[in-house]
Amino acid sequence: MIRIMRLLVTRDLRLALRQGSDAAMVIAFFVITVTLFPLGVGPEPNVLARIAAGVVWVTALLATMLSLDRLFQSDYDDGSTDLLILAPVPLELVVLAKVLAHWMLTGLPLILTAPVLAALMNLPEGGYLVLIVSMFLATPTLSLIGSVGAALALGARRGGILISLLVLPLYIPVLIFAVGAVDASITGLTPRPHLLILGAMLAAALPLAPWAAAAALRHSLR
Amino acid sequence: MPNRFSGHSITCFRGERFVFEALDFSVESGEALVLTGPNGSGKSSLIRIMAGLLAEVDGRLEWNGDPVSETPEDHRARLHYVGYQDAIKPVMTVRENLAFWASLRGPLDGVTGALETVGLGRIAEMPAQFLSSGQRRRLSLARIVASTAEVWLLDEPTVGLDRNAVGILETLVADHRAGGGMAVLATHQPIALGGDEHGLDISRFAARRQIFDDAEVSQ
Repeated sequence: MIRIMRLLVTRDLRLALRQGSDAAMVIAFFVITVTLFPLGVGPEPNVLARIAAGVVWVTALLATMLSLDRLFQSDYDDGSTDLLILAPVPLELVVLAKVLAHWMLTGLPLILTAPVLAALMNLPEGGYLVLIVSMFLATPTLSLIGSVGAALALGARRGGILISLLVLPLYIPVLIFAVGAVDASITGLTPRPHLLILGAMLAAALPLAPWAAAAALRHSLR
Repeated sequence: MPNRFSGHSITCFRGERFVFEALDFSVESGEALVLTGPNGSGKSSLIRIMAGLLAEVDGRLEWNGDPVSETPEDHRARLHYVGYQDAIKPVMTVRENLAFWASLRGPLDGVTGALETVGLGRIAEMPAQFLSSGQRRRLSLARIVASTAEVWLLDEPTVGLDRNAVGILETLVADHRAGGGMAVLATHQPIALGGDEHGLDISRFAARRQIFDDAEVSQ
């Protein structure tokens, strides 16, 4: 089981690193978009500080979404999905491994970049730790939920846009509680309840999303 | 005791029309079944139904008389499927491509030997993007050599292969049958698979009922 997981994750990481640029593109989008806000809203430090957590999180959400259409599409196009379904391995495990690889290539770099961008947005000091903790709890959920959307959109024309329409509404609770956690810690309240709810969402998505995405993958071949 | 893989009154519905209906087939250990029929008669669909990738709208698949649908995991574990797509990642080397699929099914000992068998041994470390279409096909066939499976489902395996490679394929299937395996092939080319292979002309089962009139579709 562990062996198969490692095998699948290594394959996806190797593919991504060799054809390059997917992860880099996500980070570039994240950085550029956040940089636009001080230019658009104006460099007033208090205004930026108030919207900092929201801007960083909304942009991280969009950056994650941007990378979702490649999750299953290339396997689908070259017939690998057939063979993954036929492999004597639970398809849910395959999906979980692909989601893990996706998170390592997008979620993890986002977490590393977020504090820098938060500083650019003048996020008050008290918010940094909670921002990072909330990202560690919530970005895996984003990848998991995204995998369901990506699997459902397979074979559709304009799949990328369809994924956004499917997935963005489901991202709303994650966004609300993640930003809520950071705001709470800035205003001196405890972020604990928000973080617990983010943890609960992750705990729910971890078994449910691979199961749903696997069902969608099987259906995509019909 | 020989195993028996059979299908009973299978009906296939695809793209808003019935492709074939009431189709029966049966293969036993050591046998080969060659599917023939014009383009669009449903050879690929039948192979995908046999593999469990496509759901039949009617009828059932059986393994030694037991419905396959009750034990789909066992069914997947005993079959190799080579479809019209090659599932080859251009940025990985020939060996890495094969090793990935082989390792999903078990140990890796067979990989080097399999590449030698299909004549790709010398270019094992080359990125797969430089393979010709015939070489890609050979790499697909290497999958069925690298790990063992009792049932081989091969969809147009000879497309793009040169004479030499078709010969290799014929030997592989003949050896597989001699070892107690079974093979189902869809092909347009005459192929020698080691004697008395059964033929199945799918156009005999062409569906008479249709949802749409042909005239209506063409408009």
